[in-house]
Amino acid sequence: MKENIVIIGGGIAGLEAAAQLLSLGYKPIIIEKSDHLGGHVAEWNCLFPDMTPARDIVSSLAARSADANIFLNTEISFVNKLKDSYNIMLSNGISIITKIILVTTGFSVFDAAKKEEYGYGVYDQVITNRDLEHWFNTGEDKRVNDCGMNAVGFVHCVGSRDEKARNPQCSKVCCITAVKQAIELKQKFPDAMVYCFYMDLRMFGKKYEDFYISAQRDYGVRFIRGRVSEVSENIDGRVIVKAEDTLSGKPVKVTLDLLVLMAGMVCSPDSTRVANMARLPVDSDGFLKSEDNVADIISSPKEGVFYAGACTGPKTVPETLAEARAAALKVHLYIKGLE
Amino acid sequence: MDFGFKLSPSSAINLDKVDLSRFEKLHGIEPDIIKCMACGSCTSSCPANRFSGMSLRKVILDLQRGREKEALGMLRNCMLCGKCTMVCPRGINTRHLILSICRIYGEDGK
Repeated sequence: MKENIVIIGGGIAGLEAAAQLLSLGYKPIIIEKSDHLGGHVAEWNCLFPDMTPARDIVSSLAARSADANIFLNTEISFVNKLKDSYNIMLSNGISIITKIILVTTGFSVFDAAKKEEYGYGVYDQVITNRDLEHWFNTGEDKRVNDCGMNAVGFVHCVGSRDEKARNPQCSKVCCITAVKQAIELKQKFPDAMVYCFYMDLRMFGKKYEDFYISAQRDYGVRFIRGRVSEVSENIDGRVIVKAEDTLSGKPVKVTLDLLVLMAGMVCSPDSTRVANMARLPVDSDGFLKSEDNVADIISSPKEGVFYAGACTGPKTVPETLAEARAAALKVHLYIKGLE
Repeated sequence: MDFGFKLSPSSAINLDKVDLSRFEKLHGIEPDIIKCMACGSCTSSCPANRFSGMSLRKVILDLQRGREKEALGMLRNCMLCGKCTMVCPRGINTRHLILSICRIYGEDGK
């Protein structure tokens, strides 16, 4: 059990894999660039479809993986391939020789300011899904006006399915996140009109369809099939959203107090950086390339390098956790094979 | 003869009878046409839409459903400003597409 296992990324994938490896008797090393564990989930408030508090998930994962060697505020300086192992140099000067690297570097949220027509960073009433979660958590955001919330809009597919944004793939979780956030806003502001502008709704997961029906039936969220083409500000500081209501075939415009952009998932620059250092291939969607996208998504084409979570593509929390468990078992069997 | 009522022709689209030969020709030179996912970005940014009902989304759909007359009628209102090309999330060169439609479907007198 003296084999080093390096887990790059202390998000939920890294923590779950570490917890599993600990229970198998290993002592994994987690390298996390930020000052906290839990990654994106640590910044979220509640998780679909059961409104599980994200805080509970992260704290239980952190508790279960607490015995791992955890380096916070640490980045990878370089990775050298030795004869049958890797030499990883960390930014704190420590170097690790390991035969096993588990990449759990995850995703980045698309920078919504790149879609200039939506006015993120230009108009005060335009925020992103992540900003809204921050507001749910802290109640602090000057752009959200507590009193006077009459109409709210959600724009799906911001930076997803968009070749102009160089991100043609579907981010998969934004549809259900928009439904969740629309419901949460309706709970806080029952009198407000809430609109979702979508191209296609992808309610693929367990209980997602129920959640979507509930948003319509119990909360009166209005779904409009049409992609928002432009956002502008009117004289009293509200935003005007224009789209085509493709189902009625008519142009539609609506004035809103708050517009939430559902920014999608893109491969994080850190994943790409690690991929470059460890010579890992990148797939056509910009995420890391697996050995096989059906049969073996957690193996990289490189000996001893494995993946878990959203570094190989957009994933939900349960999918990421399941992958992390699978990767831990894969690592265990790989070590058994070495002996 | 007046029977006091009349029969309207069916408005259903019969895909068995739709002639797609010109659409296939168009598809040959504009392969991106089938990438359209009908999001309506082109239509909502179209300056001719609200006055004339011009909708490139509907044009593309109509051509695939054999409703060529309706499609070409709408296209007459296009001013070729190219705003739709700028907003298309699938990166379709819509302005070029419109010109190709006119070339192929206009061959026997539009």
